[in-house]
Amino acid sequence: MTTFAIEAHGLTKSFGSTHALAGIDLEVPEGRVLGVLGPNGAGKTTAVRILATLLRPDSGTARVAGHDVLTEPAAARRAIGLTGQYASVDEDLTGVENLVMIGRLLHLSARDARARAAELLEQFELTDAGRRLAKTYSGGMRRRLDLAASLVGHPSVVYLDEPTTGLDPAKRDDVWSMVRQLVAGGTTVLLTTQYLEEADALAHEITVIDHGRVIAHDTPLGLKSQLGGQTLVVRPTDIADLPTVTRLLAEVGTREPEHPSEDQVAVPVAGDDALVRTVARLAEEGVAVTELSLRLPSLDEVFYALTGRAESDPALESEGATA
Amino acid sequence: MDALILARRTVTKMVRNPEQFIDVTLQPVLMTVIFVFIFGGAIAGGTEQYLQFALPGIIVQTIMFTSMTIGVNLNTDLKNGVFDRFRSLPISRSAPLLGAVTGDIVRHTIAVGVSLLFGVLIGFRFHTAWYEVVFAVVLMIVFAVSLCWISVLVGMLARSSGAVQGLSFLVVFPLTFGSSTFVPADTLPDWLQGWVAVNPVTHVIESMRGLLVGADYMAPGSDLGTEILWVLASCVVLVSVFFPLATWAYRRKI
Ligand SMILES: Nc1ncnc2c1ncn2[C@@H]1O[C@H](COP(=O)(O)OP(=O)(O)OP(=O)(O)O)[C@@H](O)[C@H]1O
Ligand SMILES: [Mg+2]
Repeated sequence: MTTFAIEAHGLTKSFGSTHALAGIDLEVPEGRVLGVLGPNGAGKTTAVRILATLLRPDSGTARVAGHDVLTEPAAARRAIGLTGQYASVDEDLTGVENLVMIGRLLHLSARDARARAAELLEQFELTDAGRRLAKTYSGGMRRRLDLAASLVGHPSVVYLDEPTTGLDPAKRDDVWSMVRQLVAGGTTVLLTTQYLEEADALAHEITVIDHGRVIAHDTPLGLKSQLGGQTLVVRPTDIADLPTVTRLLAEVGTREPEHPSEDQVAVPVAGDDALVRTVARLAEEGVAVTELSLRLPSLDEVFYALTGRAESDPALESEGATA
Repeated sequence: MDALILARRTVTKMVRNPEQFIDVTLQPVLMTVIFVFIFGGAIAGGTEQYLQFALPGIIVQTIMFTSMTIGVNLNTDLKNGVFDRFRSLPISRSAPLLGAVTGDIVRHTIAVGVSLLFGVLIGFRFHTAWYEVVFAVVLMIVFAVSLCWISVLVGMLARSSGAVQGLSFLVVFPLTFGSSTFVPADTLPDWLQGWVAVNPVTHVIESMRGLLVGADYMAPGSDLGTEILWVLASCVVLVSVFFPLATWAYRRKI
């Protein structure tokens, strides 16, 4: 039988007339990574805050590491590490002081707290900056310090709320490998993101939420096949070839090709041979291309595929804004 | 224990932001200069005598303003997410508040110290025993620590640190001016007398006058022991009302 490190049922939460969560179920087996994918305002942060005992749901239940977040919050807190969407480091303290303070609050001795701080700073490449005040850090450094802060107590369940938003690609890769390392060590991770690519790279399972509801839950593979696989993008060298390219892509694609920019053609494709077939067909027709790529669908495309409507529904959006 | 670790954070932050000391140190100095040298002649007929009368009141006023800074600081912590970190840790729920209040004792001590020192420099003289002076300082700090829970509550409830400042002023204003800070209580208008008599600040100031310059400077008919008991009783009331309210506000804060 699977034991779930995180188990939430029917969570609802409203702020005035905004229904941030309208009944959400989340389950994460021990030692696995759940990616929670959703656009701005979907309710990701609200869900994380409830699971981190920072917010009480209006209804529903949640257990973390076997402890009910409502009735045994103290026990739940002992198991969790939280990296919120916005860095919560103390700017008037140095990197070292931030981490040592948390270590001390977690009842490490002064010596152990310093050792743990040094270890984490090393791991997050902040050793040189460790003695500087956090207010002098760049956004990326602050995020990394915040991540380090959430790991001081070796939590068994870690929440990462959009951990790579605002990081450059190299630092994003570092965060990804840090997540993989955590999971290799047996930690359960719940990660929110706006990028399918990120969820695909890290998560064992993905829950897609929108307007406070789960609209899909699957493995990355299953979700991608639901979405019709990847998107093929072609940019012909000569803009005059655009109609030809559009016609060719219509043959390989699963939907009508679109034009993301005026010299590009994009189409969702299924199957492993789409790229090879396209290259062959382009060669036959003698079309030269400057760009040919296969990418995962963007969040817009995910939403289009799952709900048949554009991501930001103006009616619902304005309803949220009035609250 | 957790509160002590967090108190240390408060003190470190205080030292790192010396501008936070500027109001603490400059304000009593300015107040003393303005009241003693500009209005002193008119109010008491002589600056030296007025200094003896006014300095205890000015110290009390200073400490009231320093008690109010805590709300601004805590509100900033709430807004920039530092408290989210604390609240996700397995520490007691009141620890961050207790820590901030404890750390602020340093601020109060500096404020009282600077006021007394400046007073002595410009001619203020103690007419009491050293232990009475020490007791006066301790009593001042006890009062400050009790009063600052109002500010903690305001800091938890207000939407912005600017609002905390505004609301704090609304608290401090009637407390100081409805008391014998600058003029003897019996010269205040009749309609204010009722408030002056129950206002804890009146009793703090009377106690300060009794402990720093002697009974001559206290309101006629008042007794030092009774005044001190009044102060301690007000502290108990302040803490037992505002400490639970502030912790409650902190807990429900999202
Ligand atoms: N404290 C609050 N008061 C009022 N409304 C809130 C509050 N917190 C969240 N909301 C609303 O609840 C909805 C969900 O917000 P939430 O922050 O959970 O979204 P999110 O998925 O994290 O979005 P983002 O990707 O922008 O971080 C939004 O409409 C938001 O405006
Ligand atoms: Mg969010």
